[in-house]
Amino acid sequence: MEPLHVLIVDDEAELVTALEERLNLRGFEARGVTTGADALALLAEKPFDVVLLDLKMPGLGGLEVIKRIKQEQPGMRVILLTGWGSEEDAEKGKALGAYDYLMKPVKISDLVRVLLSACDREEEGE
Amino acid sequence: MEERVSLVDRSAEDLDQLISRRRYRKMVLVAVLSVSAVAVAPLLIMSGITYVQYQEAFRAELTRPMVRFAAAGKQSIESYLSERLSALAVVARETSLKELRDEGRLASMLANLNQTFGGVVDLALIDEDGTQVAYAGPADAQAVSYAEDRWFREVNARGAYVSDVFFGYRGLPHIVVAIQHNDQEGNGYVLRATVDTDEFHWLVRARTARRPELDPVCRRCHSLGVLPFGDAFIVNREGVLQSSSRLYGDVLERTPLPSLPYSSQVELVDVVDEQGEPLIVSYAQIDRSPFTLVVLSPRVALHAGWLPLRRDLLVFPAISVALILAVVIWGSSYVVNRVREADAKRAALYHKMEYTNKMAAIGRLGAGVAHEINNPLSIITQNAGLLKDLITLSEELPPREKLTNLVNSVLNAAERCGGITHRLLGFARHMEVQWETIDLDGLLKEVLEFLGKEASYRDIEIGFRYSGTPPAIVSDRGQLQQVFLNILNNAFAAVEDGGKIEIGIDLVGEDEVAVKIADNGVGIPEDQLGHIFDPFFTTKKGAGTGLGLSITYGIVQKLGGHISVVSKVGEGTCVTVTLPISRAHA
Repeated sequence: MEPLHVLIVDDEAELVTALEERLNLRGFEARGVTTGADALALLAEKPFDVVLLDLKMPGLGGLEVIKRIKQEQPGMRVILLTGWGSEEDAEKGKALGAYDYLMKPVKISDLVRVLLSACDREEEGE
Repeated sequence: MEERVSLVDRSAEDLDQLISRRRYRKMVLVAVLSVSAVAVAPLLIMSGITYVQYQEAFRAELTRPMVRFAAAGKQSIESYLSERLSALAVVARETSLKELRDEGRLASMLANLNQTFGGVVDLALIDEDGTQVAYAGPADAQAVSYAEDRWFREVNARGAYVSDVFFGYRGLPHIVVAIQHNDQEGNGYVLRATVDTDEFHWLVRARTARRPELDPVCRRCHSLGVLPFGDAFIVNREGVLQSSSRLYGDVLERTPLPSLPYSSQVELVDVVDEQGEPLIVSYAQIDRSPFTLVVLSPRVALHAGWLPLRRDLLVFPAISVALILAVVIWGSSYVVNRVREADAKRAALYHKMEYTNKMAAIGRLGAGVAHEINNPLSIITQNAGLLKDLITLSEELPPREKLTNLVNSVLNAAERCGGITHRLLGFARHMEVQWETIDLDGLLKEVLEFLGKEASYRDIEIGFRYSGTPPAIVSDRGQLQQVFLNILNNAFAAVEDGGKIEIGIDLVGEDEVAVKIADNGVGIPEDQLGHIFDPFFTTKKGAGTGLGLSITYGIVQKLGGHISVVSKVGEGTCVTVTLPISRAHA
């Protein structure tokens, strides 16, 4: 099966690289960027199956990024990463079309499960 | 804001003091004294005036008969004496000296006088030289010379003379009356009569024995077992009794009265006799004689009638005053108790509010900390997870350098967590009230660290504008942190993403420093500006406790400072916190 292409967006570079590598070890094709602008640029260039998006980022915030993704690629699956106490923003993100959200710090097994289920559902829907 | 009278003007200690017993006791005292003074004073003044007027009226009523008696007595005695002096004058005028020298003739004249007036004991004729030349009477005092006697000189000088009472013939009290006469031939002589003063006594006695039941005052005196006026008698200038007295004994006894000043009219005086007995005395000098008619009454006799009336006059105001005082004391205590209950409720509410705000502050802090700690925690989790992945999922161990990088990444993130924890502890430590020297710039930056992430996420620009070096102030670090955190939180809530907050520190005079926190946010409508410090006032529907600014206001007051707000809708808000530099000004 073709590996799932995952785009990781978070302002913490060290988090991005670690997640990238862990997902790759689990059979995903993961790429990481640290700003919303970089993410939008990369999405325009390459095809991705799912976006893992941090809500709180300097500059272009997560909510703004998801809005723009949905404008460009309405079918794109987006999973949000958020901290405790920001559930309100996560719900806003879901209203904007996010598939689900995960609380930081996230367990790799949960992340994998949500990524797979997001894509399975999409595949099933097609 | 200075005119506000609300809960937040008072710190908890103030309120505790407010409800202290002593303060309320003083409140009751002031209320009781002021209300009593207003209510009781007029009553007492009116009662006092009435009392004095009654006392004077009562005294006048009781003493009027005494004065009347003295006046009438004076008239009777004066006419008694002048009758006898006139009779002698008639005898002298109508009878020639030759006839008078005839003792037989003199004796018949004596008999005539006795028939007309009674009580004339003897009659004597004394020539110019003071030698007694004729005598009719029971004594045999021939050719006595009176030339050196005082009475003889007096009668020659004044034309008439009345002597003091003396015990003469048969040991009876007598007086001597004498007139001087010059006949047509130019012979001067003195006609002298000795008069029995029994008559005299009856003049006084008859009056005191007069039907007292007709006189209402006398009747009262009788019913009390006291004679009207107590006593009436005649004294000479030396205070020796000339008629018998009920109180002071018989004729020629000395009275213990003080000397009464001369007056041609009837006088009424208060005196104290030698035994210390207070008396009311009415007296009248008898013209052309050494006599004074004295009417007196012990003051107690007057008081006997006065006392029941006085009791009535005193009991009424006393009962009124007691009733007023009872009502005033009850009323004041009731009102002050209600005030105390209200204050206690207010204090309890304030304590509760303070607690709620503390909890809210802790909640805010907790949220900030959780938020900040999530990122390094995620880094730790993922890097440690990756390490584990590399160890368990790869067949070969990855290169040493890669492992070192991963571990360093974990260590760095852990250090970030440690920094946050440290800062939180620093914040928490200052929850206790303590005075210390504080660097305002450092303190503001510490507070901003909690909001730094939000500022960077929301792209809020925070500018500092200081005029010179901000002075160090003596204040309470924890409380100030709470103040600035509250104000900055509000500023953050007011500005849009990409907004601007400017913090300025300026000296105000030599003693104070002003911290200005200005934002370019939504601003506060004018009608709300007056309420922003009210407890439970909030515009963040459902999101705020409405306590932040009211507690902030209370803290700033407690620290000796003041707080003011200027705002315009659409342009922004500027909050100025002015604080004393040293504690002495707090």
